[in-house]
Order: sequence, then structure tokens, then C-alpha cells
Amino acid sequence: MAYNFKETMNKPERLAPGHRMCAGCGGTIAVRNVLRGLHEGDKAVIGNATGCLEVSTFTYPYTSWEDSYIHNAFENAGATMSGVEGAYKALKRKGKLSENFKFITFGGDGGTYDIGFQSLSGAMERNHDMVYVCYDNGAYMNTGIQRSSATPMYADTTTTPVGSQSDGKPQNRKDLAAIIAAHDVPYVAQTTFIQNFKDLHIKSEKAIYTPGAAFLNIMAPCPRGWRYNTPDIMEICKLAVETCYWPLFEVVEGKWILNYEPKSKKPIEDFLKPQGRFKHLFKKENEYLLEAFQKEVDRRWEELLFRCSGTVNR
Amino acid sequence: MAKRDRLSGNEAVAIALRQINPDVFPAFPITPSTEIPQYFASFAANGEVDTEFIPVESEHSSMSAAIGASAAGARALTATSSCGLAYMWEELYIAASNRLPLALALVNRALSGPININCDHSDSMGARDSGWIQVYAENNQEAYDNMVQAFRISEHNDVRLPIMICQDGFITSHAVENIELLEDEEVKGFVGAYEPENYLLNPECPMAVGPYSVTDYYMEAKRNQAEGTRHVERVMLEVAEEFEKLSGRAYGLFEAYRLEDADRAVVMIGSAAGTTKDAIDKLREKGEKVGLLKIRLFRPFPADAIAEALKNVKAVAVMDRAEGYTNQGGPLGADVMSALFRARSSALAVNIVYGLGGRDVRVEDMEQVFAELKTIIDNNDAGETYRYMGVRE
Amino acid sequence: MAADISKLGLRTKWQDLTEGMVIAGAGTSRDFLTGEWSSVKPEFIEEKCKQCLLCVPVCPDSCIPVKDQKRAEFDYDHCKGCGICVKACPFGAITMEGVN
Repeated sequence: MAYNFKETMNKPERLAPGHRMCAGCGGTIAVRNVLRGLHEGDKAVIGNATGCLEVSTFTYPYTSWEDSYIHNAFENAGATMSGVEGAYKALKRKGKLSENFKFITFGGDGGTYDIGFQSLSGAMERNHDMVYVCYDNGAYMNTGIQRSSATPMYADTTTTPVGSQSDGKPQNRKDLAAIIAAHDVPYVAQTTFIQNFKDLHIKSEKAIYTPGAAFLNIMAPCPRGWRYNTPDIMEICKLAVETCYWPLFEVVEGKWILNYEPKSKKPIEDFLKPQGRFKHLFKKENEYLLEAFQKEVDRRWEELLFRCSGTVNR
Repeated sequence: MAKRDRLSGNEAVAIALRQINPDVFPAFPITPSTEIPQYFASFAANGEVDTEFIPVESEHSSMSAAIGASAAGARALTATSSCGLAYMWEELYIAASNRLPLALALVNRALSGPININCDHSDSMGARDSGWIQVYAENNQEAYDNMVQAFRISEHNDVRLPIMICQDGFITSHAVENIELLEDEEVKGFVGAYEPENYLLNPECPMAVGPYSVTDYYMEAKRNQAEGTRHVERVMLEVAEEFEKLSGRAYGLFEAYRLEDADRAVVMIGSAAGTTKDAIDKLREKGEKVGLLKIRLFRPFPADAIAEALKNVKAVAVMDRAEGYTNQGGPLGADVMSALFRARSSALAVNIVYGLGGRDVRVEDMEQVFAELKTIIDNNDAGETYRYMGVRE
Repeated sequence: MAADISKLGLRTKWQDLTEGMVIAGAGTSRDFLTGEWSSVKPEFIEEKCKQCLLCVPVCPDSCIPVKDQKRAEFDYDHCKGCGICVKACPFGAITMEGVN
């Protein structure tokens, strides 16, 4: 798909300002750029799991959404949109609706990886014509930075605090994109904010216009939870990709495709160092933790390369 | 032109749904309501309805999807029982506060634990404060008739609230009875089309639903919601009147059976009312002035009308097919006694918990209840007001 | 009918709230001025701008309006002064106190 950056930026905004997300939030950067994947003139219904995004973008009576929007609860964004999409099919079939609508649901990693996992799995397995977008900031940020199954290992969160007997979160993060790919849905992709957002835009457009269920996992840094210098978000995302912590890939009809391979993989320290949640890893006595983290990143990267059979595509 | 058929309660409700031909029906199976979506799935598979039937992965999701569909502008419903309803609990409140007129075909079954698949009302009683309209049936005919009337009540512009159509698990859901069905076209005409003002799929104007509400708005939002509830009694009676013209079958907020001159009355919900009527008929033959008030509308609670209907009785037994764990009895007992108190009734009232987990209710049991009421009148003392019936002790 | 949210406020009586708390309409949050959250704001130096638009997608607050493929002045009514755009600009056309 051709990507004309300036034309894409010229599209009307579909997320209005005046929402109450924190200054520098990665969540709304994800939302704005996903919605640019909609073709102009196409209507959409946006779904949303409870979380920062929901409480901040629809605080009565202020909605930031230019399209129809539904928030139901925390754990059921997938099921709720299943019903909306079902209504669309039924009303079309009965001749009560002639316009075309697209269906896009947003959830944080709490609403997606964890409490909303069953509902998401059901919606994906039933292959509703919808896109589920996880803006993954790797913890329950809305309730105050508690660990999730998306939290990277060793991260200092309020429920995995670093202490004399704790190095932060003991477990590695769950690979949700792979799990959703195992649902055999037509389109799954992982992306983040890189350069001129070409990767994110193309994947959003594909996800929206692929018939059937699609899933996007977007790393969306949270300056408060990750404790980096807020203006540096693009640098953080770049380091996540260059260290192979957050690889860019897609799974199209079951085929794994690696979208980017760094020329020389950067050490994981480069990604971890600017973030306060990993500060303890840089104490002299914790070198072995960094080594373990690196080993885990390497293992997952090798596994991904194997899945993609070493192919790099775009 | 009515036609007679031999149908189970589940079949009867499923047929009502076929005749209504709703837009979206998400469902997850649970005994004893499973047959409703099962029958409906076969109607969909055979092109007898053009509903979007969504076999979801849980009851939480069936209610969530029904909410999504209803907000999107569709006529939607689901069906469940027992733990399925408990699992939906959070969503019940959301459906009501969003003012979404969706329906739920509930087949009453005991809540776990211990796990039990038979009838009592603990499931729907647990949901009584959720903001849903709750309508109960004594038999298969009533379950069918209530389902046909459901959307007319819930979708009424003065109401706009979700509605639960309840029947007793196995006792009516699986027992086959002779019932009268309306013609498909009659039901279609009676129910009419659903045309909401605002909905997600409105191409003319987007809509946002499900906001975060700060304290400054929350209380006003709840009061606003309560306004819908206040119109339910009137609308339900209007719909019933129209339904009677169509079917010849009369419905009210409750049924008063031989209550006019009764000095003793039983108040209860559901299928055991049939057994109670038999007991009443037997006792009436002996000249005893006994009667029944069978609840049809439980939420909102028609307290004034109930107190008025009971104004001449000297003693009342309120029968609860659910425990309330208040050390006072069950929820129906609390509501009826509160209605009597507000109406300054001098009736002596007791609350009897019965029929839990499908425990049988026999005619003799109900005769015994009326005998106990006689003792209460004779002693001019209600005695223990929180009692159990049919428990081994 | 779009909801007239100008009639909704902290003194609104229950009778005047929208039924089911739905808002028929879109983008009503424009009336909520998040620009008040911060006094430190980015400055747009138009002469230095090459109209590459790299600052546009990175704004979490949709505060860089684009018209005819050219960016305009910041929407200071809503800009929270996060400073991400300063870093995204390759030409030094955006400056902000405290961001290098």
C-alpha cells in the first residue's frame, strides 16, 4: 500500500482535543494515527474498554470522538463490539441501513491482555469484522501503575515494587500478538511510533479494511509509568525497535512477516536506561539481571525470526 | 386467529421470539434456559428469522453484546439462568443506566452453591436492584404472553429500560402444556418496529454512550434513570389492555385470585401460584375465605396497588422462593411488608421461605400455610415472622 | 438531534440531563480547555519550518492543525505543553522552555 505522509496528515482529525489524558500520553498518539487509517467519508463505531483512554475522552458531557463511540465496561470491549457489528449485519440484512460502517475497539493492556482477554478471544475466534487495537503501555496505568501480564520483567510497578527481596516483576511479558495470531484471524500486527508513522498507518489501514477480525498491538509509552523524560517518546519507541524489544511484524492469513530488522541490534540497556522503572537494573550488583533481560529479548527475537523464516518484507 | 399447541415454556418463549424476529440475539447456554437459544438457532438456520444470532463465549459477553447491539440501534435480547445471570450482574446495571430497552428471557434457577439446576428465584432476586423491569409467569401461557408484550413495555418512550421475562426453571420451562399462540402476523403487528432516536449506527448523527461521570453528575443521572421506572406500571397496563384485545387474555400488575372477600392471603411469585390456587379452591369449598395475590410485575414494585388489594385481609403469608440472609426472610417479604406498613395496614404478616433448589410445593403445603394464617388470626399474633416451609428439621 | 452541551453544566437539574447519559453529537470536548493545564508551551518559528509535518502525528492532543498539507499555529486552547513536537522537529522550528 502506498503511503503519502502529507496527504495522510491532511486528513480531518477524528479525535478532538480537550480530552484529559496526561501531557505526552502515548495512548492518544496511537488512537489518532490508527483512525487516520479510515478512508475519508467512511463511518465508524469506536469501542473502548474502561481505562485511561475512556475516562479521559468521554467525561460527561465531553466526548473527544468524532465517530459514534461506545464504552461498556472494562473486560468486555470485544463482546460489546461483537454486538455492535452484529447489529450492523442485521440492520443491513433487513434493509434498515444503507451506509457502510467500520468497527474499531481500543483497550489498554489491562483491558486486553488481562481482564478483557476472554471477551477478546471470543470476538477474534468468531471473526467479527472489527479491529481490536491494544495500546500497550505495559501496566495498569489508570489505577496507578500496577503490573499487568504485558509488563516487561524487572519493571518496578506499584504491585511489583523493587525492594530488598524484589527485583521488580519476576515474570516476562505475555506475547499477546502471537496468542491472537493463534486464533487464526486474517490479520495481526505489532507496531509502535516510528519516524513518519508509515508502519503504524499501513497496518491500521490493512487491519480496518481486511474483512474479518484483526488485531493491532501498539506499544504506546506512558511517561508517568515508565518514568522517562516526556518529550523523548519517539526516541523511546525507536530504541524499543532497534533493541528488538518490540519488533515490528505482521501475521497475514497465518503467514508471519517481519517488517523491520535492525542493521545492528542495539543492547537492551539502551532501551531500559532512560526509564526510571528499570533504574535498579543499573546498580553494579544487578548486572546479571540485565544479562537475563538481554537473554530473554534474544530468545524471543530468534523465535520471531524463525516464525518469519528470516524474511523481511515491506 | 389463535392456534392451540402443546409446548414447553422454553419452546413457547422461543416461538414468541421467532414471531418477534429481533435483530440481534447473543447467547451462551446454561440449564434450564439453554433450549431457548437452541430453538432460536434452528429458526435462524432455517431462515425463519433474519436475526443475527451470536453464540458468544460467556454470559458476561452475551449481555455485553446485547448492550452493544441495542446501543447500535438493534432490537436485542439474550437468555440465561442462575449463575449466568450472576455473571452478567455488572452489565445489568449498565444496560439499565444506558436506558437500553433490551430483553432477557430468564429461566429461574437456584444460584450456586451448592450447584443446583432446579428452580428458585435467587438468581433474579439478586438482580432486583439493577434497574431492570422484572415480569414473572405462573405457567407457559404467561411466559409466552409476557415475552410478546416485553418490547412494547421496555421500548416505550416514557420507559426505555431493559426487561427481564422470568419463568420457573423446569417447572414451566420444561413441562409441556396446552397453550394458545397468536398468529405470526398478529405478533408482528402488535410488537411493531423499533425506531430509537439516537443510536450508534445513525448515519445522520454520531452518538457517544457510556461516559465517565464525575460526582457532579452521577446523582442526577441516577434520578433521571429512576424517572423511566416511574412510568412502568402505567405503560404495562396500557400494553396489557391492547394485548387483551388481541388475545382475549387479561393481565395486570398482579393477579388477585379469590382475594376480594378473603381474610387470609398468600402473596407469591411464579409457578407455585398454580398449586396455591388448587389449595384455595379446596378451602373455599369448605367455606374458608382464602385468596392469592400472584406477583406479575416485581420491579418496579407496585406497592400501592398491592397494599390496596390486601387492604381487607387479616393475615398474609408472603412466600419467598429465595433467601435474603437478612434474618428477616426474603426480598418479596421485605417489599410486601414495607408496602403494608406504608399503607398503615393492620394485617398480620409472615414471610415464608420455600421451594429452594426445586423443592416441591404441594397443595397440602399451601393448605397448611392457610391453616397457620388462621392460627395467627385466632391468636391475634403473627408469632415468628420469618419461617421456612418444606425444610427437614 | 445533537445534544446542546452548552446547556449542560454543574448546575443542571436531573430533568435536563440527556437520557441514558448519551451524547448525540461528536467532538464536544473542544469546549474543555486543557490548555490551562500548563503555562509552558511550545513556540512555532514559522521561518524555520519546512512543512515536513513530522510534528503532526506525534501530538497526543491533536493540537497541530493541518490545512492544505501545511501546519498552522498551535492550538493553545488545548496544548498541554508535553514537548514531544519539539523533539520531533528536525529543523528547530519548535522550541519550548526546558526541552533541548
